Amino acid sequence: MNAMIDPAGLDVVRIRQDFPILTQTVRGKPLVFLDSAASAQKPRVVIDAMVQAMETQYANIHRGLHWMSERTTEAYEAARDATAALMNAHDRSEIVFVRNSTEAINLLAHSYGRGVLKPGQAVLISGMEHHSNIVPWQLLRDAHGIELRVAPVTDAGELDMAAFEALLSDGKVGLVAITHMSNVLGSITPAERIVSIAHAHGAKVMFDGSQAIVHRRIDVQALGCDFYAWTGHKLYGPTGIGVLWGRRELLDRMPPFLGGGDMISSVTYEQSTWAAVPHKFEAGTPAILEGIGLKAAIDYVQAIGYDAMAAHEASLTEHGLARLAAIEGVRIIGQAQDRGGVISFVLDKAHAHDVATLLDRQGIAVRAGHHCAEPLMHRFGLESTARASFGVYTTLAEVDALADGLIRVREFFQ
Amino acid sequence: MSQADSFDDLRDLYQEVILDHGRKPRHAQRLEAFDATAKGDNPMCGDRVQVWVKLDDGTVGRVGFEARGCAISIASADLMAETVQGRSSADTRALFEAFRTLARTGACPDCAPALAEPMERLAPLAGVHEYPSRVKCATLPWHALIAALDGSKEASSE
Repeated sequence: MNAMIDPAGLDVVRIRQDFPILTQTVRGKPLVFLDSAASAQKPRVVIDAMVQAMETQYANIHRGLHWMSERTTEAYEAARDATAALMNAHDRSEIVFVRNSTEAINLLAHSYGRGVLKPGQAVLISGMEHHSNIVPWQLLRDAHGIELRVAPVTDAGELDMAAFEALLSDGKVGLVAITHMSNVLGSITPAERIVSIAHAHGAKVMFDGSQAIVHRRIDVQALGCDFYAWTGHKLYGPTGIGVLWGRRELLDRMPPFLGGGDMISSVTYEQSTWAAVPHKFEAGTPAILEGIGLKAAIDYVQAIGYDAMAAHEASLTEHGLARLAAIEGVRIIGQAQDRGGVISFVLDKAHAHDVATLLDRQGIAVRAGHHCAEPLMHRFGLESTARASFGVYTTLAEVDALADGLIRVREFFQ
Repeated sequence: MSQADSFDDLRDLYQEVILDHGRKPRHAQRLEAFDATAKGDNPMCGDRVQVWVKLDDGTVGRVGFEARGCAISIASADLMAETVQGRSSADTRALFEAFRTLARTGACPDCAPALAEPMERLAPLAGVHEYPSRVKCATLPWHALIAALDGSKEASSE
């Protein structure tokens, strides 16, 4: 048992008992789930919170005058408080609930991009973005005359800071939209430096924190950024709910994204006026149950603590990098100094899809493909990689199972 | 991991025939003289294939291909090229439909008896039906072949 308690004091055996799915077998083998970066598994408390709401306390929220609606509103709005506390937001009204990170970035590209940025200005992204932080800016570029710039990535898979600063030097960049942690390379970007350089050149900063939120405590006041996007389902919460945090004065300046119920102050056929932030950006019945589930997930993560989670994932990543690097023919993509629990790799003898299928046959779930980051793949001369990613429930034994499974795959393809 | 390890568990999909054709495809070449060609593209996983067809008096004379992808897609393209040679266009289409059923379900109980022999050759790919995300790897080269016979330039896997 002691082998399961890592140096951070995180009791993985106990944590695993919180996740019902982990007792499943796949293709006759115990499930080794190494695809948490795509979507994490859900602890019992999240499942129970959502079921309990549906069984005991559920109605539509915000304008109901009856008991059920008021209680459900309280439960849903408690998720906003928990999110504001998690991110150390200045105020709960800075938390905008959306469907996922993709929607958060589209909201920003639409409302800040068209409402605040002016044609001729530029948006600066990096060479290691997920498609969700590329395509919305291309749409903005084509519709609104905004230039799209891309800061390159070094061979080690880190942001090229000199090139990054050079791209800001003409003062045209109005917004830097950049990942806080690469979903392919695991690289964590130097957020404070990015913010200080961007602000010195007059640009606002949005971080895509879809991956980072799982591995690091995100304190938006300490980071000094202007917007921060993430999604609940990677943080052990349900799908269908994500977060855009923004500085209140910026959110106030932005026009609405979607129009409809819940986001208005008043409506006549001649004109409508908007509700205050954050409701201005939350048209329609929101993801009520998912909000309640997200609150449970945040409480769960806070109880474990980011220090323990980060230390646990660091030990898994270090072990994984060492084991995989020792396998002949394995090439690890991304050698960033600062990294989270994601390892991408290719095998000389087999295509990444074959690797993933043959690992799956052994009960080991990894992802393979371009990971929604085609330009980054091409940067490294690849079409696809296999990727293992770790969560709070991942054990060193599972990392060993991956390495042993990979050795078998390579022997099989000899 | 022991060297004496048996690979039985890995062979349900990756039979020796597939490994062999994936590693050393016989028909992986662009044809210098051809009557039709089309590309197949699977945007979800990045697999790409181009197929060239030389017709011979109304039948498929020769098929060559260039593929970038996994062992399944390359082996499937190679087995396809081998199997359709000498077949009429109508026969080739019927065989594609039968193969698609095989890849999706693992069997083709209603297949025409006339297709029994070529289906036997394609049978090593039946294991893909256990892996729904891989079925399109096996069918992509066929989509490209049928697109070429139809006079289209491109095919996309379903």
